[in-house]
Amino acid sequence: MTGEERSAIVAGGAQADRRSAEHRTERSRASTGARLSTDTTVAAHQALGLTDAEFELIQEKLGREPNPLELAVFSLMWSEHCAYKHSKKLLARLPTEGPHLLMGPGENAGAVRVGDGLAIAFKVESHNHPSAVEPFQGAATGVGGILRDVFAVGARPIAILDSLRFGELSSGRSRYLLDGAVAGIGHYGNSIGVPTVGGEVYFEGPYEQNCLVNAMCLGIAREERLIRSAAAGVGNLLVLMGARTGRDGIGGASVLASAELDSEDASKRPTVQIGDPFEEKRLLECCLELLERGTLAALQDLGAAGLSSSSSEMASKGEVGLDIDVARVPLREDGMEPFEVMVSESQERMLCVIEPERLAELEEVCERWEVRATVIGEVTETRRLRVLDGEAVVGDMPVEALVDECPLYDLEPVEPEAQIYPAPPQVLHSDDPREALLALLASHNLASRRPLFEHYDCLVGSRTVRRPQEADAAVLQLAPDGAPGAIAVSIDGNGRRVACDPYTGTVEAVLECAANLACVGAEPLGLTNCLNFGNPERPEIAWQLVRSVEGMSDALEALGVPVVGGNVSLYNQSVDGPIYPTPVVGMVGSLPDAAVAPGTGFAEAGHAIALLATAGAEASRAGSELAKLHGSELPRRLPELDVEAVGATIAAVREAARAGGLASAHDVAEGGLAVALAECCLAGGLGASVELDDDDLDALFGEGPGRFVVSGPEAAIGALGERAVRIGAVGGEVLRVCEHEWPLAELRGASAALAEAFL
Amino acid sequence: MRFGVVRFPGSCDEVDALLACRRFADAELLWHGDCELHGVDAVVIPGGFSYGDYLRVGAIARFSPVMDAVKRHARAGGHVLGICNGFQVLCEAGLLPGALLPNARLRFLCRQVEVEVIDAETRFTRACEAGDVLSIPVKHMSGRYYAPEEALRDMQAHGQIILRYRAGGNPNGSVADIAGVANKGKNVMGLMPHPEHAVDPLTGSTDGGRLFESLAMHAEKLAPA
Repeated sequence: MTGEERSAIVAGGAQADRRSAEHRTERSRASTGARLSTDTTVAAHQALGLTDAEFELIQEKLGREPNPLELAVFSLMWSEHCAYKHSKKLLARLPTEGPHLLMGPGENAGAVRVGDGLAIAFKVESHNHPSAVEPFQGAATGVGGILRDVFAVGARPIAILDSLRFGELSSGRSRYLLDGAVAGIGHYGNSIGVPTVGGEVYFEGPYEQNCLVNAMCLGIAREERLIRSAAAGVGNLLVLMGARTGRDGIGGASVLASAELDSEDASKRPTVQIGDPFEEKRLLECCLELLERGTLAALQDLGAAGLSSSSSEMASKGEVGLDIDVARVPLREDGMEPFEVMVSESQERMLCVIEPERLAELEEVCERWEVRATVIGEVTETRRLRVLDGEAVVGDMPVEALVDECPLYDLEPVEPEAQIYPAPPQVLHSDDPREALLALLASHNLASRRPLFEHYDCLVGSRTVRRPQEADAAVLQLAPDGAPGAIAVSIDGNGRRVACDPYTGTVEAVLECAANLACVGAEPLGLTNCLNFGNPERPEIAWQLVRSVEGMSDALEALGVPVVGGNVSLYNQSVDGPIYPTPVVGMVGSLPDAAVAPGTGFAEAGHAIALLATAGAEASRAGSELAKLHGSELPRRLPELDVEAVGATIAAVREAARAGGLASAHDVAEGGLAVALAECCLAGGLGASVELDDDDLDALFGEGPGRFVVSGPEAAIGALGERAVRIGAVGGEVLRVCEHEWPLAELRGASAALAEAFL
Repeated sequence: MRFGVVRFPGSCDEVDALLACRRFADAELLWHGDCELHGVDAVVIPGGFSYGDYLRVGAIARFSPVMDAVKRHARAGGHVLGICNGFQVLCEAGLLPGALLPNARLRFLCRQVEVEVIDAETRFTRACEAGDVLSIPVKHMSGRYYAPEEALRDMQAHGQIILRYRAGGNPNGSVADIAGVANKGKNVMGLMPHPEHAVDPLTGSTDGGRLFESLAMHAEKLAPA
């Protein structure tokens, strides 16, 4: 919907023109399940995505009919994107306490303690719907938004990771989306000087219409410098910093993020924001200097729903009121209506609260960084958000009603009687292990990610100790000058496994993340998640969501890792059906000595290779990458897991990696043991010779958590004890597994399959 | 010996360069709006996206007040090293010949590359031997070095080509595999690879450190006994 269309609705109410009203009726039904009359006209609140009951509740809270501006603000604040109305109750199940936790869910980003008085703030967030409409700007502003979330808590961003999902690359649309999203992520991250150190990407049919672009950012701060977003101090000033406010992104939160996409995506292009990393770079440096000086009382970024949500959330947390004069907001274009100023999602803006006597100091710093700063209001004791246009009051709403009193809905989960996803098309017609490994390495889900990673600066900041694909997790030193102390980070979430079994698939995602950290010797401190699902009002999607959160909760309890914050992206669904349920998890851990962190690749000819497995955790081809290539139906259950036992294996690998003896460590994930061995060979440029008890397809390509391939001198492998089974030795130019052989050059050629997507 | 690293709005690698310099000598940041260099011996123009790469890479930064001081410093024979965006700025400022065009594949590229030292007699390379191969990362969108044929012949004649990508490893389509060039006086040098990201074995190689070491060595030689 364009800004103009929305303007017509708000100004003209039910008199919006008939054609677009019909169009919105469809969306309204899709997004809210509202009971619609047969009348082709539609009430303004319905067009904005509010149900009749929600509208009645708003009237009750206000004690009167909302005016168009108030209705626009309420519709955004009560949208799924801002109010989490279908997920909030469920998310309360996740563990949010931990010994290292400094700041939990509810702030712009969560934070954990990493020692020496330092904190790491981090968060993952989705920008799926904008990226499906305009991939370059959608992905770029996704990165810009998550960066602001992190520096809003006073932390300097030091790393970006991204989690991407597209349809199969045989589709032109998917190639276009991949190319645009990768370029957009690189454009923003590279230009602003924050390294992209890791990420993941999968290609599956159900993401054809709804791609996923999740971006995660980590920032570093001294513990005492972390700042919260609660507005405080009646009489303090509200200052808007950064870019001018334009019509871009108007209504993005409600239109894009809270409704299913349909065939008229092109008409939504104006609701996608445009990013300017140069503006944000200055804003970032300016905010960090202001925080370092202690100038600010509170800081908040402007994201979805713009000034409406940032101001009301600051007021809510501080239990105060705010007066905002929209006439004082610097505008990008003439003639913007007050409601447009309040809901604009123009990028690169921050809102802060300061004491009046510190205004001159703020202005001096802003001038130095060439950042616009304008006093647009003040903190009041009214606990109301009052919107002024010069002298005139154009909106007056209770803060609680906006932020805390949106009705929350219970999900109505029903397990479907059959698998709801079609079997993937068969692309491999052979059972020959030689061919299977080559086909797997050449499949887009498993091929080398180097063609993507080379689009990103992974080095700026001088903290990157293990670059993308060098190790199972990215490793960053805390100080760029070589002082001790390091962190590791990984982001994971295999949607097809979750589609097979929402509970176990999600447990696996959490274990996979912890396994990746273990391979570099890192102990998990906290987790951020992004729950990407279809329409939660549909019973089968509600069931996926509930089971997935239960799985995540149980896995995190078992590992003792808290959730520090996250994001929910629902309605990833089109006329072709829902996406695979995709809980993406990003985990941050700490390690004492980055110098000994093992890489993925075999390091030296003659080193012993061992397999660490978890007793009882059987590898199976059900739901595996090989099953996908074979076109097998998705199963409705994955083998049950003993999370404690897998956790013990993960802990054993972590301790061995920390001890410093291991030359390489790699977890067995997609594609099974044979693919893991091939990846170790390719990363190290060395062959290997391996003997296994079984060399059938399950043994070679079966999947399931709790298995690792490690290598090192005999003594280091011996020190692993009975848990490790020696299976071979490193060396040569060939990977040999039992009687099957693959020259490294052949493996390398297969693994380069993604290069053709970036010609 | 003291390095000064210029910080423009949009610079990204200035702190990395500062830390790299400090491994070999004193170093401080210089502000783009400042009209003087505060007595530093060598100026480093760092990598990044000065002024967002708007208009054309390096085209706006060259008008910064500090660049007048940098030009005076260069004309007086002082050392100036431009890295990546800094190289682009020095070309735009007319302190180095040629220009940096968008990469041949029109994509950003971050990759460890090998560069060969062509001339080890300059103030920037004297810690190396001619023919040494240095492992240093590149990361840029516009790193394709270009100069007209005649200018190239002139540069060749004056020994101004200091670093070349190894044959077959040219990452961006640069003419004659050129990775780094100097002015005729050999006191101003620019290169696309990032030596400041190759100073620590923990984060990669240490080969880039030899450029900073060379400058520090040179200054020591000049210092009165």
